[in-house]
Amino acid sequence: MAAVSMTVNGKAVTADVDPRTLLVQFLREHLRLTGTHVGCDTSQCGACVVHLNGIAVKSCTTLALQADGGSVLTIEGLAAADGPLHPMQEAFREHHGLQCGFCTPGMVMTAVDMVRRKGNELDEQTIRHELDGNLCRCTGYHNIVKAIAAGAKAMKGRAA
Amino acid sequence: MYEFKYARPNSVRQAVNMLAKDPEAKILAGGHSLLPVMKLRLAKPTQLLDIGRIEGLSGIEQKGRSLVIGAGTRHVEVANSQVVKDALPALAALAGEIGDPAVRHRGTLGGSLANNDPNADYPAAALGLGATIITSKRRITADDYFKGLFETALEPDEIIVKVSFPLAKKAAYEKFKHPASGFALVGVFVSKRGSDIRVAVTGAGSSGVFRVKSFEEALKKRFSPKSIEGMSIPADGMSSDIHGSAEYRAHLVGVMARRALAKA
Repeated sequence: MAAVSMTVNGKAVTADVDPRTLLVQFLREHLRLTGTHVGCDTSQCGACVVHLNGIAVKSCTTLALQADGGSVLTIEGLAAADGPLHPMQEAFREHHGLQCGFCTPGMVMTAVDMVRRKGNELDEQTIRHELDGNLCRCTGYHNIVKAIAAGAKAMKGRAA
Repeated sequence: MYEFKYARPNSVRQAVNMLAKDPEAKILAGGHSLLPVMKLRLAKPTQLLDIGRIEGLSGIEQKGRSLVIGAGTRHVEVANSQVVKDALPALAALAGEIGDPAVRHRGTLGGSLANNDPNADYPAAALGLGATIITSKRRITADDYFKGLFETALEPDEIIVKVSFPLAKKAAYEKFKHPASGFALVGVFVSKRGSDIRVAVTGAGSSGVFRVKSFEEALKKRFSPKSIEGMSIPADGMSSDIHGSAEYRAHLVGVMARRALAKA
């Protein structure tokens, strides 16, 4: 076992883990933050995307120990528990950017990271290219793309 | 994954000493090749030595007529670096097309070269530019470095520290992506630096990345797609699987080489 400490959604957490523990397992099974999903478990589908130190990563291909000392943001931490939805979440709701919802947490976290890197004005081609690492098996990309474009605009003026 | 111990050496020297003591230990950088392989139980390291936080292992600088990039430099850093975009735009473009955005946030140059996946992009750039792999003990030219599928000249206790890419007068990379995985079914890197002309191919060879000497010879007169018009390479030695036959890959090598030359 090895000791691991990190900040998750603003809260400090510490645990003893088997070194094999993936960041996504740590989030889901140790912290019970089950909003982050495991889809393919092979770093292709993006259902497990979280932000590690402000950057989108695939938590199924990151050891919890690699995130030691870091700061993790998951879908649960995007909006305050009692507050309104994050603008990107609101845009997914407004534009019906989901069907079954399985890929949605990863889509939203990727979208927020996309805004950080590419700004608030995202054209369709950019969004589709940037979604390379996020798969939706309901083939709902059309509304996801619309949601991200709207969410990006709505995020103008805020940090994340 | 099989069980392993995890350690975080503080320096390259310490990591090398730990590797020397435990030949079954493996270096962990971004983990985007190693962890998937371990999940499939195709690798069973006793120990993972996480070098992700060793200072000085990442960074990009231009030294004279070369770009020197630290082994721990992430793909996203190479793709976005103004220094790389100005000095070797083909390399920045190649890094920006590896995997997807989240993968590029984690994967490293050194990790890709140490793993030497036959479908990886960076080996084509290293061989196609005639790079020098600088390790914890020596300098290895790209021509001597790649030894076959997942095989390199690295010794068990040797770590890549940085890679020096000579600046080319012309260079470009074109890949035919597998539509599902995005990996290069065939990727061709071409470059011209004085009389040194290189055509390096990834994805196609059954022994990993290789140079196409016949194309290079033909390009000596003129570095243009016309010079290799109608030329192809034999299907012998090409890999063949459900994604593409050896003949198909051999054909794609010519097509991708001409596209890269047109872009260079």
